[in-house]
Amino acid sequence: MRRRLTPVDRVGVDERAAVLGKRSIKAASQQEAIRLAISMVDLTTLEGQDTPGKVAQLAAKAVCPAPTHPEVPSCAALCVYPARIPDAARALAGSGVAVASVSTGFPAGLTSLELKLEETRQAVADGATEIDMVIPRDAYLSGDDQRVVSEVEKVKEACGPAHLKVIVEVDELGGYDHIRHATMLSMEGGADFVKTSTGKVGKGATPAATLVMLEAVRDYAHRTGREIGMKAAGGVRTSKQAIHQLVLVKETLGDAWLTPDRFRIGASSLLNDLLMQYEHGDSGRYQRPEDFSKE
Amino acid sequence: MTATPTRAALAWEYSPAPEATDHIRLRDRYELFVGGAWRPPESGAYEPTVNPATEEPLAEIAQAGDADVAAAVEAARAALRPWQRLPALERGKYVFRIARLIQERARELAIVESLDGGKPIRESRDVDIPLAAAHFFYYAGWADKLAYGLGGRAVEPMGVVGQIVPWNFPLLMAAWKLAPAIATGNTAVLKPAETTPLTALLLAEICQEAELPDGVVNILPGDGATGAALVRHPGIDKIAFTGSTEVGKDIQAATAGRDIGLTLELGGKSANIVFDDAAIDQAVEGIVNGIFFNQGHVCCAGSRLLLQESVAEEVVEKLWRRMGLLRVGDPLDKNTDVGAINSAAQLQRIEALVDAGEREGATRRTVQCALPERGYWFPPTLFTDVAPAHRIAVEEIFGPVVSVLTFRTQAEAIEKANASAYGLAAGVWTDKGSRALAVARALKAGVVWQNTYNQFDPTSPFGGYKESGFGREGGMAGLRPYVKVKR
Repeated sequence: MRRRLTPVDRVGVDERAAVLGKRSIKAASQQEAIRLAISMVDLTTLEGQDTPGKVAQLAAKAVCPAPTHPEVPSCAALCVYPARIPDAARALAGSGVAVASVSTGFPAGLTSLELKLEETRQAVADGATEIDMVIPRDAYLSGDDQRVVSEVEKVKEACGPAHLKVIVEVDELGGYDHIRHATMLSMEGGADFVKTSTGKVGKGATPAATLVMLEAVRDYAHRTGREIGMKAAGGVRTSKQAIHQLVLVKETLGDAWLTPDRFRIGASSLLNDLLMQYEHGDSGRYQRPEDFSKE
Repeated sequence: MTATPTRAALAWEYSPAPEATDHIRLRDRYELFVGGAWRPPESGAYEPTVNPATEEPLAEIAQAGDADVAAAVEAARAALRPWQRLPALERGKYVFRIARLIQERARELAIVESLDGGKPIRESRDVDIPLAAAHFFYYAGWADKLAYGLGGRAVEPMGVVGQIVPWNFPLLMAAWKLAPAIATGNTAVLKPAETTPLTALLLAEICQEAELPDGVVNILPGDGATGAALVRHPGIDKIAFTGSTEVGKDIQAATAGRDIGLTLELGGKSANIVFDDAAIDQAVEGIVNGIFFNQGHVCCAGSRLLLQESVAEEVVEKLWRRMGLLRVGDPLDKNTDVGAINSAAQLQRIEALVDAGEREGATRRTVQCALPERGYWFPPTLFTDVAPAHRIAVEEIFGPVVSVLTFRTQAEAIEKANASAYGLAAGVWTDKGSRALAVARALKAGVVWQNTYNQFDPTSPFGGYKESGFGREGGMAGLRPYVKVKR
């Protein structure tokens, strides 16, 4: 069947996203936004050099990002490659911080379906409670929407009790109407969350890309009653960018989505900037970047 | 079961973010600006100008009478010859200097514009003031290229021009009027609106700072009587007016039989047309921008929303939800989307028309939001079940009120859009380029926006059809009314 795209106007989306970046978030509102953002961070390390030691250190940071500030919440999850799941699960046991793993041949998604399903099942068996899969962009770009949906369905089934986040990889789809369409396909396939990007290509979660996906989430919820979460990943490095994302959520989906159950930010370096800005808001002084551990 | 740890959502609200005003130094009293100097009015009459968000007076403003108009025209006349004889390049430099000074004082101008007129600081900061500067920059560039711009023919200025501007974009409208007038070698007498004189008076200060020769720009605050005197003064060579159609007609009658240039930019009831193949979310944003920008105090506001029946319900639903997110309140708060209604009189006009809409049977939906106790406010309002004959579909409301009508085919959309006494602007929302062009061509409107609304640029002409007036402002077309072209 020929694909029918719902049009999305690029100029309009860019303008709207930019306007929401001009909201003035200061003082108490800023401190609250930073704490909210920290509680939504999927602290991520996805590198070939990830060792058990590195993951253990990052896990400690995810559980208690700011030891001197007990009011600062834990991050939502720690996101790792499949081989590091047992390390993450051990370090996070009982902490309330979720273990997330990328899966399905991340980041390209160019392995066989059998391998993707097996990889997912094993990740869950090893202790992952959240699975970040990628859609098969080869199928999407060749027009095979059916395969995109069915892969999501099958991976969702393989997830069992684990939450499924579906990465559409916004920079590989060819425009906003495709981002919207791929987001819809992911939700129809059973995604619990939709996610912008792997963080491995392109600009990732630009405000406009996030906005397009949030609008799709909103319309899907309105049509079906199913409320899907959203994860902005890729390129969100500063507190200002993170707050911009929160404003997008607040003014597109409303306050009900301003919880870690509905909105996440996938990031590695963001957490330190959030902590630095939080400290500044608290004490009025900027700390040196080296005052914050990288792990 | 959920694997995600459940946490209570933090209640996250934006804190008030008011723009600081402690650095604004308004005088207690502003005089008339005539011949490069401040002078009291002959009559000794002063009126307070009021902050519509608080009803508190901001300053006492001199009210120009007949004698003051005569003095200002005389000063402009005296300044005309030397100004005209100045090398055009030098004239352009003065205009350029005004543009630079507006930029330098942008923050102050934006705050005063919001204080005096009630518009959100976000708009005065991001739209009004930068565009005002842009108009001076643009026309500064034309000063020494007029012959090129007008087909290589010799041109001379009209002479002394009388200019009357409205209260919805006080400084920007003054810029639209003054920049092309003085760049082409005219001298001007400008009357700002009764309720919003302050930024025009700050512009007078800027003219002084720019060392613009005395009398080239004269600023006479006052009410309708001042405007009427200016229009009827025999020493005026051209009138440029932006305001209501009613006053526009009066001006045209008053200038009949005189050898005088006249441009009128009047009211509108502009159609914003959404076809079923449009990008709906962006169309909703465009509708919001079209009608709630500046509280709907926009002559080209998209106040008649024409929706194709097959998407009407979806668009109304999304629009209504979006309207609930608008932040209404303190104009000086940087997060405010909709500010105060400009004056008590305007608020009454809006209320009267909204009442008429309900009485005539349209369905009214008004956003429920907390409004400040003092000041003039009207929450964003949507009318559905509107018939084309209803007053709210015919008359200009000039407030944050949108009337929704539906259509079935492209031909019907065009017919309905054109079925108006006005013809200022229109919006066309469609993903199909051929349709956008065909509809735009068929619309009797001076400006047609495709997949956007309320976009302004100094290079683009602006003006109306029918009772929306005649003559164009902006762009090369905006030069033409200020010059006589010789053979």
